[in-house]
Amino acid sequence: MKLEVSGLNSFYGQAHILFDVALGVGAGEVVALLGRNGAGKSTTFRSIVGLVAQREGQIRFEGHEVAREPTYAIVRKGLGYVPEERRIFTDLTVEENLEVGRQPKRDNAAYWTPDKLFTLFPNLGEMRNRPGGRMSGGEQQMLTIARTLMGNPSLVLLDEPSEGLSPKIVEQMANAILTMKKEGVSILLSEQNLHFARLISDRAYIMERGRIRFSGTMAELEARPDVRDQYLAV
Amino acid sequence: MGFYIVQFLTGLASASALFLVASGLSIIFGVTRIVNFAHGAFYMLGAYVAFTLTERLSGAFGFWGGIVLAALAVAIIGVLVEMLLLRRIYSSPELFQLLATFGLTLMVEDLVVLIWGPDDLLGRRAPGFRGAVEMFGQNVPSYDLFMIVLGPVVLGILWLLFHRTRWGILVRAATQDRDMVAALGVNQKWLFTSVFGAGVFLAALGGALQIPRDAVHHALDLRIIVEVFVVVVIGGLGSITGAFVAAVLVAELNAFGILVFPKISIILVFLVMAVVLIVRPWGLFGKPEAAARKTPGLSVRPWQPLSQNERIAFAVGVVLAALLPLIAGNYALAVGAEIAIFVIFAASLHFLMSVGGLASFGHAAYFGLGAYGVAFLAKIAGLPMIVCLALGPLLGLFGAAIFGFFAIQLSGVYFAMLTLAFAQIVWSIAFQWVPVTGGDNGILSIWPETWAAGPARFYWLSLAVAVAVVGLLRVIVFSPFGYALRGTRDSLLRSESIGIDAKRIQWTAFVIAGTAAGIGGSLFAYLKGSVFPDNIGIGLSVDALVMVLLGGVETVSGAVVGAIVFKALSIWLVSQTDWSKLILGGVIVLIVVAFPKGIVGMIETWRARSDAPSSKSAALAASQPEGAE
Ligand SMILES: Nc1ncnc2c1ncn2[C@@H]1O[C@H](COP(=O)(O)OP(=O)(O)OP(=O)(O)O)[C@@H](O)[C@H]1O
Ligand SMILES: [Mg+2]
Repeated sequence: MKLEVSGLNSFYGQAHILFDVALGVGAGEVVALLGRNGAGKSTTFRSIVGLVAQREGQIRFEGHEVAREPTYAIVRKGLGYVPEERRIFTDLTVEENLEVGRQPKRDNAAYWTPDKLFTLFPNLGEMRNRPGGRMSGGEQQMLTIARTLMGNPSLVLLDEPSEGLSPKIVEQMANAILTMKKEGVSILLSEQNLHFARLISDRAYIMERGRIRFSGTMAELEARPDVRDQYLAV
Repeated sequence: MGFYIVQFLTGLASASALFLVASGLSIIFGVTRIVNFAHGAFYMLGAYVAFTLTERLSGAFGFWGGIVLAALAVAIIGVLVEMLLLRRIYSSPELFQLLATFGLTLMVEDLVVLIWGPDDLLGRRAPGFRGAVEMFGQNVPSYDLFMIVLGPVVLGILWLLFHRTRWGILVRAATQDRDMVAALGVNQKWLFTSVFGAGVFLAALGGALQIPRDAVHHALDLRIIVEVFVVVVIGGLGSITGAFVAAVLVAELNAFGILVFPKISIILVFLVMAVVLIVRPWGLFGKPEAAARKTPGLSVRPWQPLSQNERIAFAVGVVLAALLPLIAGNYALAVGAEIAIFVIFAASLHFLMSVGGLASFGHAAYFGLGAYGVAFLAKIAGLPMIVCLALGPLLGLFGAAIFGFFAIQLSGVYFAMLTLAFAQIVWSIAFQWVPVTGGDNGILSIWPETWAAGPARFYWLSLAVAVAVVGLLRVIVFSPFGYALRGTRDSLLRSESIGIDAKRIQWTAFVIAGTAAGIGGSLFAYLKGSVFPDNIGIGLSVDALVMVLLGGVETVSGAVVGAIVFKALSIWLVSQTDWSKLILGGVIVLIVVAFPKGIVGMIETWRARSDAPSSKSAALAASQPEGAE
C-alpha cells in the first residue's frame, strides 16, 4: 500500500468530525472517496496532510508513519495535496505558481517539468505569463493540479477535481487524471459526482457523517444500488 | 524657484532611507503577519553599529564596507530574534506580537545607551560624497544626490529579487497564502526567518546610510517607526511599490511642511494620511485584509454583573484603600494617588479593548491631552481647580473625537498603527510648539488648591475619581450601548445587518475611553504639578497596554488589578535601577513568551484541556500550532 490510514479521528474545536476512518491506496491505483456535502471528505484529506490540528490515528505513507510530521515534511515525502478551494496564488503568473510547487526529482515517482505539464494541460501553456487571478475556474483547477505535480508526488490527494466545471472541462480533467495514472501516480480523489468517479477510479470508499460506510471496487459498487441510494443520491 | 527644487531634492533624499525601512517592515508583515515594532530599533542599531565600524575601518572601502557589514550584523541579530522569540509567538494574538517587539525596542534603547553612551554621535562623511554640488544657485550635498539615486535602485533590486528568484516568488506566494505554500512542501520556518532577516537588513541599512546625514542618538527608533507606520498606512501594508510612493510623499510633505507650518510640520502629514484613509482605507497600493484575526480571549466568556459577594469585596477594597492615609506616609500616598490615576487610565483603555475590541497603541494621547487641558486652563486662563478638572478632560474628548473618527475606519493592526501614529503626532505638537506648550520644558507649577492639597487629600480625591470612573465605565458596559458595542466587536457585519450603526458606536466608545483617559491625565497634572510631552509618549501608551494585558483583557476588573500591580512594580523598578527600560522590556518579552495566548487564553486552554474529548488530541493540537487557523 502506498497510503494506509487507520483509526483516524479528527476534531474542529469541540466538534468530533471523523470517526475511526480507515482507508488505503495501492501503488498506481486511483481510488475515489465518495460522499455527500459535509460527509467529511475534505476533512479526511486535510487530516492526512496535517492541516487539521486536532487529529489522532495512524497515517502511513510508503511504510513510514507521518501523522506527527508537519505538513511541509509530509508533502516533501511525495504526498501531493490539491485543496478543494483551489487556492491559486492570484498575484503570481502561471509559471510562478508552478515554481512554488517545484521540488527536486524523486527516484520512485514521475518527474514533471512545466513543459510536460503544458502538454497535459494545453490551456495553461497558452497563458504562461497570465496572473492566476485572471483565469477561469476550470483553468485555475488545472493549475492547482499542475502546481502540485511540480512536486513530483508519488501519490496525489485530489479534493473534488470536477467541482463546478463545465462538461467539456470535466472530460479534459478525466483524461488528465488517467494520464497521471499512466505515469504511475497513485491518486485518492474525493467526489460527489459518481459519473466522474466511475470514469477514472479503480475502487471507491463511501463516507457519511465522518464514517466509512462502504468499501469496494467500482464493479462492486455498481452492483449495490441500495448503497448508492442511501449514501450518494440526492 | 531654485530653493523649492532643492527642497524637493532634500525630500527625495530622506525618502530613500524611509523607503528602505518601510519596505522591510512591509515584507515582514506580508509573510509573517507580524507588525515589527522593533523595526525602528533595528534601524537605530544599524546606525550605531555603522558608526563604530566606519570609525574603525579606514579608507573608502572601510566606510562602505562598514555600512554593509553593519546592516549584515544587525540582520543576524534579527535572525536570532526571529528564531528565539518570534517563532514562539506566531500563533499568538497580534497584540502580543506588537507588544513583544515593543519590549525588544525598550531593551534596545537602554542597551545602546549602555554601549555607546547617551550623547549624540556624529558619523564620518562618506568618501567621495563629502562636498556639495551647486544647483539652481543652491548647494546640494552630494551625499543627498547619492541617496536620491539609491532609493529607486533598491526598488529595482527588490523588484528583481521578488520576480526573478525562487525565494522572491515564494515570498510573494506566502504573502498571499502562507498555508498553501506549506501545503506545497515549503518549510515556512526558514522562509519566515529569511524574510525577517531580509527586512531587518533593509532597516539597518537605512539606519547605517543615515550616519553622514544625521547624528546618531538613542531616540532615533521611535522617530523613524512612527514615520514608517505612517508610510505603510498610506502606501498599504505588504506593498513595496506602495512603500516607495508613500515614502516620497511623506518625505516631501515633511520637507515642504517645514515651510508652511514651521513648528508643527507633522500636521500636514496627518492631513494627507487622513484623506488617504478616507478614500482608500487599505492604503494607496494595499489590498483589503481578510477579516482581521480576532484577539483571542476577548469573547470567550460573557460578562456577568457583579455578584453580591463581589460587590461586598469591592466595597471592602475601596474602604481599605480609603483608610490608607491613617497608616501610610507621604511618599506612599503620592504613589497611591499615582496608582489610582493609572487605574483610571488602564480602565479606559480596557473599556475600548475588551468591550470594543479596539486595541489602541496610542491611548496616552488622550491622557496627555487631559493633562495639557488642565495646564492651559490653570496657567493661561487661571481658572479654579475644580473648573480645570471638569473642563481639562474635554481636550482629551476633542482629541479622541477627531482621531477616533479616522482610527475606527480601520481595524486590527492598522488600527493599532494609526492610533500610535496619532499619539506621536500629538506628542510632536507638544514637543515642537514651544510658545504654547513650552516644548521639552513643559508647563510647570500647576498645584492643587488647599481643599485638595496635601498627600492625603489628593490621594482621597484621586481614589474617589477612580472609583467613580471605573463604576461609570461598568455601568456603560452593561447598558444597551455596551451590548451594542460588544456586538460590533463580535461581528461587525451581523451587527450592521440588524441596524446597528457600528462605526458610530465604535466612535462613541473611542470618545468615552479618550475622555476617561483625559480625566486621569487631568489629575496627573495636579499630582505632578507639571505636564511634559512625556505624558503623551509611546512609553505611556504601552504601559497602559501592559496593565490591561497583565490583568487580563477578559475580566472587567482586570485593568484595575493590572494597573495596581504594574504601576507599583514599575515605580519600584525606576527607584532601584537606571536601566528600567531594559528590565521592563525584558519583563514584557517574558510575559508574552510565557503566556503566548494571553493570560486569559492560557486559562481557557487549561480549562479546555480538563474537559476536552480526549487529552491526547489537545496535546496534538498544542504540538502543531501551524495550519490551525
Ligand atoms: N473549519 C471548520 N470548522 C468547523 N467545522 C468544520 C470546518 N470545516 C468543516 N467543518 C464541518 O465538518 C464536517 C465535514 O466537512 P468537510 O468539509 O470535510 O465535508 P466534505 O465531505 O468535504 O463536504 P463537501 O462535499 O461539501 O466539500 C461538516 O459538518 C462541516 O460543517
Ligand atoms: Mg469538501
